[in-house]
Amino acid sequence: MIRFENVHKAFGSNRVLRGVNLHIPKGESMVIIGGSGTGKSVALKSVLGLVKPDSGTIFVDGKDASEGDHDAFLARFGMLFQGGALFDSLPVWQNVAFRLLRGSLKRPTEEARAIAVEKLRRVGLKEEVADRYPAELSGGMQKRVGLARAIAAEPEIIFFDEPTTGLDPIMSGVINELIREIVVEMGATAMTITHDMSSVRAIADKVAMLHDGVIQWTGPVAKMDDSGDPYVAQFISGSAEGPIEAVR
Amino acid sequence: MSRVLSPIAALGALTLSALAALGRLAIFTGQTFAHMIRPPFYIKEFGAALMNVGYFSLPVIGLTTLFTGGALALQIYAGGARFSAEAVVPQIVAIGIVRELGPVMVGLMIAARVTSSIAAEIATMKVTEQLDALVTLSTHPMKYLTVPRVLAGIIVVPMLVAVGNIIGIMGGWAVAVGTLDFNSATYLQNTADFLETSDIISSLAKGAVNGGIATLMGCYYGMNSGRGAMGVGRATKGSVEAAAVLILAANFVLTGIFFSS
Repeated sequence: MIRFENVHKAFGSNRVLRGVNLHIPKGESMVIIGGSGTGKSVALKSVLGLVKPDSGTIFVDGKDASEGDHDAFLARFGMLFQGGALFDSLPVWQNVAFRLLRGSLKRPTEEARAIAVEKLRRVGLKEEVADRYPAELSGGMQKRVGLARAIAAEPEIIFFDEPTTGLDPIMSGVINELIREIVVEMGATAMTITHDMSSVRAIADKVAMLHDGVIQWTGPVAKMDDSGDPYVAQFISGSAEGPIEAVR
Repeated sequence: MSRVLSPIAALGALTLSALAALGRLAIFTGQTFAHMIRPPFYIKEFGAALMNVGYFSLPVIGLTTLFTGGALALQIYAGGARFSAEAVVPQIVAIGIVRELGPVMVGLMIAARVTSSIAAEIATMKVTEQLDALVTLSTHPMKYLTVPRVLAGIIVVPMLVAVGNIIGIMGGWAVAVGTLDFNSATYLQNTADFLETSDIISSLAKGAVNGGIATLMGCYYGMNSGRGAMGVGRATKGSVEAAAVLILAANFVLTGIFFSS
């Protein structure tokens, strides 16, 4: 469904992506792991057109992601941002129903609100939260609202950018379980970037290790611990010794 | 040789940097106006921008122009007394406020109040990935954020200038009648007789230009903000500086266009 073919991206002299090749089949949950600053977010944002690759192509359903009707293309996606990226000026329900209140997917206000409340319930939030503003919510609740917004328009593809960053271990576990449940019940294709190994084990069907601008290893999550790849082994163990240079 | 050439190289680099910045601003302005005439239009956001730029600016505009008009009356009376021209206070207050001080003071107050808040808000949205979130939700940030604010600025700031002009003139009237022993009816009659339609048109035109500049600078600096709190701070500071300088420069150019003949 999503295919990266030799994707390169540099910011000035910093060559972040140096020929990424990766295939995510339809309905599969792919988790990209890698250290901070290795280009995981850049890879994810390249699919959505938020970052334009210098060379190489990203295909979605066999079509070049950079061509065609971009609005219609984006309507197929939902995304949970690292910090939630909720709109401060809008109440929670309008954040969740944002796409349903304007544009090609516009619904009557009452219907959009009802869908928003239903999605909030799906992520474990009560209706009372709907009329609050994002700043009035805890970090975990904001993640849930972000998740509700990501699934509000029933997207075919969902991206999760560091879904558990900033959360305590218990809340991380709750969010991981929610993500897994929602991806399975929607039958969506998912792409997650994280360096939280508990997220990887909870969310992934397949794992890809990004380092030095290329995918070092990819395979099923069950084979991750016995991958034989030194990068993956070091990343899982969290060791300072290995091929991944650790700055002390 | 390099020591001789380094100041020239620095000047060249500065010139190129300034031209590049001018080019980026020109492209941003062009894109804003291009988006204004192409759907979708976000009416609710436009309404909110009208309220923020216009209605909620009324108190600061009213107080600023009131005190400016009062001070102007005192200055003209004191200065005019040197050559027995105290009687011209109503006329000079009217022309001073309507032609120059009204639009400039309103423009600068809008730069202080609105430009800064727009820049800080949009820059924070950029830093917290809210602009990226807008894109992923099939909403163009320029259409959703820039167009409503700039359009509101162009439409509502002339109205603020009109209100500011009236309050400024009344500030002069209050001082003249209250402390300088002017006759109230004569003062108002002299003001009305002296002002011409072209004065009012130039005042409102300056208001529209100032409103456009103030809101555009807020959006431009916000959208192009750097990362973190420092990025937001720099964007906010830069937007107010740029708006204030451009408003004064535009005022000079427009005064030349309207009144040079």
